[in-house]
Order: sequence, then C-alpha cells, then structure tokens
Amino acid sequence: MLIENVEKTTTVEELKKIASQVRRDIVRMVHCCSSGHPGGSLGCTDYLVALYFREMKHNPQFNMDGINEDLFFLSNGHISPLWYSVLARAGYFPVSELGTFRKLNSRLQGHPATEEKLPGIRVASGSLGQGLSVAVGAAQAKKLNKDNRLVYVLMGDGEQQEGQIWEALMYAAHHKVDNIIAAVDYNGQQIDGPCDKVMSLGDLKAKYESFGWKVLECPEGNNMEAILATLEKAQSLTGQGQPIAILLKTEMGYGVDYMMGTHKWHGTAPNDEQLAKALAQLEETLGDY
Amino acid sequence: MKKFTFEEKIDTRSGFGAGLVEAGRLNSNVVALCADLIGSLKMGDFIKEFPDRFFQVGIAEANMIGLAAGLTIGGKIPYTGTFANFSTGRVFDQIRQSVSYSEKNVKICASHAGLTLGEDGATHQILEDIGMMKMLPHMVVINPCDFNQTKAATIAIAEHYGPVYLRFGRPAVPNFTPKDQKFEIGKALLLNEGADVSIFATGHMVWEAIKAGEILEQKGIDAEIINIHTIKPLDTAAILKSVQKTKCAVSAEEHQISGGLGESIAQVLARNYPLPLEIVAVNDSFGESGTPDQLMEKYGLTANDIVKAALKVVERKAAMKSLSV
Repeated sequence: MLIENVEKTTTVEELKKIASQVRRDIVRMVHCCSSGHPGGSLGCTDYLVALYFREMKHNPQFNMDGINEDLFFLSNGHISPLWYSVLARAGYFPVSELGTFRKLNSRLQGHPATEEKLPGIRVASGSLGQGLSVAVGAAQAKKLNKDNRLVYVLMGDGEQQEGQIWEALMYAAHHKVDNIIAAVDYNGQQIDGPCDKVMSLGDLKAKYESFGWKVLECPEGNNMEAILATLEKAQSLTGQGQPIAILLKTEMGYGVDYMMGTHKWHGTAPNDEQLAKALAQLEETLGDY
Repeated sequence: MKKFTFEEKIDTRSGFGAGLVEAGRLNSNVVALCADLIGSLKMGDFIKEFPDRFFQVGIAEANMIGLAAGLTIGGKIPYTGTFANFSTGRVFDQIRQSVSYSEKNVKICASHAGLTLGEDGATHQILEDIGMMKMLPHMVVINPCDFNQTKAATIAIAEHYGPVYLRFGRPAVPNFTPKDQKFEIGKALLLNEGADVSIFATGHMVWEAIKAGEILEQKGIDAEIINIHTIKPLDTAAILKSVQKTKCAVSAEEHQISGGLGESIAQVLARNYPLPLEIVAVNDSFGESGTPDQLMEKYGLTANDIVKAALKVVERKAAMKSLSV
C-alpha cells in the first residue's frame, strides 16, 4: 500500500449531508442555464463526495502540479456540474460562482477546461476517451518525482466504447502503473439508450482483468458505506505492480425520482416545475448558493 | 548572392535525436515517448542515457498524446516521437483538447514529414500537418531546414512554455546552417539580401530556395531569401519589411498548397500589403511511392519550380507597375 497517514475524519453522516447539498447544486445549476448533464452528475455524486471530503489528500489552494497530493481527473467531463459543486463546497472557489455555470465569460465552462484557470481543473475534458491517458501520464510523473500519492480518474461506461481507453489500459498494465485508481460509472446508460442495446460492453470486469488490471466491483455505487469500503480496498491494493479499477454500479439521476430508471436525463435540464419537484426530494444542508 | 556551402548531408531527424539527448542533459524534466519507432526517430541516444525517462507507448498514438499531457502535471517536459502523419491527423482531437486547449507543455516531434518520406507512399507522406497544427490556438509550429537547425530547435523548445509542433524529415540533406546556432522561435532568418523578389522558404525547401537564388542571379534577378523556420508565430514584421522592398514574393514548402506557409503569408500580404505571390507547394494532390528526389521533381518542389514562380511574380509586378497610376 502506497499511501499512509491520511486522516480520514469525515463521518458517513457528514458525507451524506454534503452529497445532498451537491445534488441540490447540480439540479439548480443545469436548470439555471437550461442545459447540462444532470443524470450522470447525480449518479456519481456519492463517489466524488467520498473522494474529495474523505479519501483524497488534496489542497484547495490549488496548484497545477499537485506535488504530494492525490489528483483527480474527470474523463467523462459532461458531469461537470457535479465536479464544480464538489470543488466549490471543498473550498477551491466561491460557492456563489456556481450560479455562473455555462454563462458567457464564466470560469465554469460547460465541460471542464483550464483556459479560465478554474482552480481544481488540470486538463480539459468533454471529448471522451482521453482522461484515462492523461491520468496515467500524471501517475507516471508522480513515480518520476518519487511522489507516492495516488491518481484517481472517473470515466463513463459508454465512454468505454472509445478505443483510446483500451490503449491506456494496455499501457498502464504493461508499465505497472500501480498508483492509479480508475473508476467506471457503471450505470448502464448512454445517450441513445441502455449500453447493452447501443454497443454492449460485454463482461467489462473480465475485459479489464484480461488487460492486466485488478478490478473491484461496487454493486451499490450510491451507498456511501459501500463506496468507502471499496475505496479503502482499492487503496490497499496500490503499489503492488497492477493498476486498480473500480466498477461503480450507480443509478443515473440518483436522488431525484423521475430522473432514475431512464437514460433520458443524460443531457436534459429540468424546467421550473421539475426543479421544484427535485428540490423537494433533496435536503438543503449546507445552504444553497 | 551570398555563397552557401555544406560539408555533409545529414537527415534532419538525426538533428532531432542529437538535440533530444542534449535537451535531456540540460533539463532533467525532459522526458520522451515513442510509438514503436525509436530507430526511425533516432531516439536511441536519449534512451541509452536516460532509460528511466523514456516511455515506449507501442502503436497507440492517441494514448501517447494523453500520456504526454499528463506527464506535464508534475513538471515534466515531454517530447513525443512518431511519423508526422501519426503525430497529427491521427490524433488531432487529442492534441486539440488534451494539449492545445489545455495549454500543456508538450513537444510533438514529427519525423518523415512530406514527400521526401519516399517509397512508403502517400498514406505516410503527410502534406497537411502544418495546416492542421497552425490552426490550433497556443500551438507553435516549427519546420527547421537542416541537421544543425533541427538540433538547435529541439533544444530551444524545452525553454518555451506551451505546446510545440516540430516537424522534420527522413532523407539526408545539405547541412549548411551554423553548427552551434542559437535558435529563436518565431524569428525569420535573412539568408541573402536582394531587391527584386522575396523568397520565403521552410524546411527542406530552404536549400532549394538558395539554389533558386543562384539560378535567378544568372538571369539578372536579385532574390532576397528568407528562412521561415517558424510558421507559427509567423514573423510578419520580417515578411513585410522584405516585400516592402521587393514588391513581390514566392513561398516554398513541402506541404499542400492549402493551409501551409504560403497561405499564412498570403494572409499577411492580403491584410497589409497586397502584391504578387506564388506558392510553391503540392498542388492539392496526394503523393506516391518514389525516391525523395523523384517525388520533389514530379510534384513541383525543386529549385527550378521556385525559379519559375519567381519569374512569374516578377513579371506580374512589372505588369502592375505599367498599369498603376
């Protein structure tokens, strides 16, 4: 195991409260500009909250090189509302700035970008399949720097259809990049329908394993305790010559009843009525922006 | 006209290899990646001296670009190496998003560019790479003319912060520029002063431009010859200074007539100082198998083609003069 001495003091209750507020931020942000991607953002909320508020050692006084810090890369950049909310709530930039999402001259671009120097973002993403390569490169930079912190990356499951993902998987195993934990948002949905209907991924676990990765499954990807247990296990497996993957079985739109059980909310914003219904289901815990 | 000589012919890709290992010595953050072409890219010396700073990527260029972007996070200066066609067209979106848009300090080093790649044929002879790369914001585009200049450029780009596209070639060509030259990104080099026509050339065409200058001198035409090794950022001041004197211009490049140096110069002229311009380049065609010399001949990229172009613009200049008020 590579990392030692990370104080993990945030409780499950606290994490759940933060997740609830982040979900409120997400639906309000996409409603406000009538565009954006709420489904996947809501689905991955618990995972990203777990990372930023407990599992990762990181500094909101943001530095691009991130020496001696854990790094996070979002390859499925369209769930930017989630990442922006988490970064703001973690202190990277003012929470009030969330109201500028997708607006002209905003630092909060539709898909994550670095040109506007939004603290927390290290590479642009949005065109799929690229973030894993970047994360692997950053992990190798850490090795060269004798920096034994970890690199985390999140990808979509539809995104697994991009060939570059498999180039990066092959490479990471071959070069024993064992300081990386890559998660797949395994919600089974993509724009044109369920993944199984659009382009079946087959046995994704077996595929990753045959490419030389160690795979952990988290069948309850929206259960905070299950997420933490999976992350603990993943961290304990680093530094043993194999890169680590987590298949995170989430539900798209989790937390808002009408957004769950369908692929329709991948990239559609709620209207006023729908927003009200969503907010009624999500407790305001940290104060709306 | 100034006299230009060379002691030997060496391939510019060897200049890259020599520059890479030197850059590695000067800065321990310089790292290198290659997509299964270390021999062709002459990366052997770097690999021998810095094995821990070299990453073999296999035939996976998209991943290579992403890895390079990631390696900059933590302060590395990655040089990627493969053929120019695989360095650009194949991975344009990766360069656009992960490198250009993300302003990463990646040096995309592209060998075997142009027709002079030779017998492998058109699938490998990229003629669109300057166009693709110059259109990307933040990208610096460099096409050095010989071994010495390629070596100097390879070393210099480590000092520049931001994405760079460095393009060089396969065959041995005259090595005529000074050995330990200091390479300045974006600074056009005046090789020969002249009054009658400005010839702007890049890469392998610079030596052809020099030969063209000698032929033109025999015809009583005094050619000003300028090496534009940096297509982006373009040294517009040097271009305008020259054409304000000569009043007509020729550009020469181992590239399509669209989207390359010629078109960049055309933009400068059209927007500032319109005058006769001929673009010596491949005329909207793919290449084919052949020897480098045969191909340059067949596709119109020789000194004689530059001479013909120069005669054309000199004539148009004269015609315009007789029409003007």
